[in-house]
Amino acid sequence: MRALILRRLATALPTLAAILILSFLLMRLAPGGPFDGERPLDPETRAALVETYGLDEPLPAQIARYVGRIAHGDFGPSLVYRDFTVTDLVAQGLPISLTLGGLAFLLALGLGLGAGLTAAAFTGHRADHALMLLATLLTALPTFVTGPLLVLVFALGLGWLPVSGLEGPRGLILPVIALALPVAGAIAKLSRAGLAEALAQDHVRTARARGLSPAGVLLIHALRPALVPVASYAGPAAAGLLTGAVVIETVFALPGLGRYFVQGALNRDYPLVLAVVTLYAALIILFNFFADLLYGWLDPRARG
Amino acid sequence: MDPSLRWGDGGGIMRPPLVILGLIVAAALIGPLLLPWPYDVIDWNAVRVPPLSPDHLLGTDSIGRDLLARTLVGTRVTLAVALAAALVSLLIGVGWGAIAGWAGGKVDEAMMRIVDALYALPFMFVVILLMVVFGRSILLVFLGIGAVEWLTMARVVRGQVIVLKQRPFILAAEAAGAPPRAIILRHLLPNVAGVAIAYLLLTVPQVVMIESFLSFLGLGVQEPLTSLGILVKDGADDMDIAPHALLLPGGVLVAILLSLTLLGERLRDRMAA
Repeated sequence: MRALILRRLATALPTLAAILILSFLLMRLAPGGPFDGERPLDPETRAALVETYGLDEPLPAQIARYVGRIAHGDFGPSLVYRDFTVTDLVAQGLPISLTLGGLAFLLALGLGLGAGLTAAAFTGHRADHALMLLATLLTALPTFVTGPLLVLVFALGLGWLPVSGLEGPRGLILPVIALALPVAGAIAKLSRAGLAEALAQDHVRTARARGLSPAGVLLIHALRPALVPVASYAGPAAAGLLTGAVVIETVFALPGLGRYFVQGALNRDYPLVLAVVTLYAALIILFNFFADLLYGWLDPRARG
Repeated sequence: MDPSLRWGDGGGIMRPPLVILGLIVAAALIGPLLLPWPYDVIDWNAVRVPPLSPDHLLGTDSIGRDLLARTLVGTRVTLAVALAAALVSLLIGVGWGAIAGWAGGKVDEAMMRIVDALYALPFMFVVILLMVVFGRSILLVFLGIGAVEWLTMARVVRGQVIVLKQRPFILAAEAAGAPPRAIILRHLLPNVAGVAIAYLLLTVPQVVMIESFLSFLGLGVQEPLTSLGILVKDGADDMDIAPHALLLPGGVLVAILLSLTLLGERLRDRMAA
């Protein structure tokens, strides 16, 4: 297990560094900058701004400075939200995004496992086919369609929940559901496939032949191997939730990280976009890391 | 050609998604030619009219553009971008996978390491970064999407090539002195085609999803050109007074995504069986 942890760390850290440098270079290659507004700035103001933000230094120096500052948790000032540092914006947005993503993940896990295990218990029956078709439909529904649809039905139509904004926990209900649905669909498919395969194994048949109850077979022998494909999906699921959150925060006007990211991308706010991409990459790498550990715990053969 | 690619026995289950997809494609190609109003012309006498108005079968949007024409043209753009991006990913993925699988050894290991590392990247953000950097043009939308969506294709093709490499007919061709180029083009690629097409079908809905996602956020296809993502966005802004403006493009988008996913999954399962 320790070998697995070390090996994963050895690939995770260089990946993170590569993402940092690559995204920095990409942003800097960009034609047009944050000071190219509708009205050109006079040359002196422009020169002063360029110097303040250190945009005139050679690239390696800029990268070194940037990485050094990030190591101290300082992402610099935002170029567009003039009165805020990027760290301020991230500190404001991150808790909201994490709450949204975490709740959506739990909901998706509950719905997905429930549907997947039910389908596996009725393998080949009509309920199985119906649940799997539903799961495929959920994975094919983009969050930017389900989000507005949920608003249309439950907020504008029935008036049960707020349309947008975050005035109390009720404002989170629709965003969490919209975000969780596609992930729930994917988890349902994976857990059904995993359980169907596990139930066909020899040791499960033996356990059944020895008179263990169906529930006992399921919980003691089949569930753990069935969760392996679900565990390996945890990384992509985290990525899906983060990208989904970008849209959901825009649709529901939630002041999370994703909304700042979209604003930053539209405004070419380099420091803000870089900080968010770095953070997202770090989160996804972290989730992949945990997924690998979980994988190793569920399937001892993967520890090697 | 791989026999499992032929529609025949058991093809019935593929029929509904194929028919839906065919209808959507046909409507997107022919429909705009038959409508009195083009998708980007404003009808000042009919701003935000409801469906079933004279001249505008499904009404107009908030600035008086024909909604049916916009949806059909948007579908066309979305499908065109998706096809182009999927082809880019096919080209990169098959090339990368075939080279890695054929070369084997250290080259294979290094190339697959790179694929593994790229898998850990947040794709959507890489595409957004590309859009931010190179400006928002439709060419870059599909080049950028294609450039990040080839990883699974590369893995699948590599696996297939490694299996094929051991097969007697390839060994025989080698023993007969056929040059590697001829072996790859005449013997290897035709046998990879089946699997590649199945995964191409699964790549297209992903690409459609990314394109609409970007356009929805204002980072993809740009006005006056339109795509399903832009139309969903416009519809969502307007849904309190005109819900059909959201339901129409949203419905078409979901129908495309669902039929492509179902087709791709069935084809893939059939290949595996």
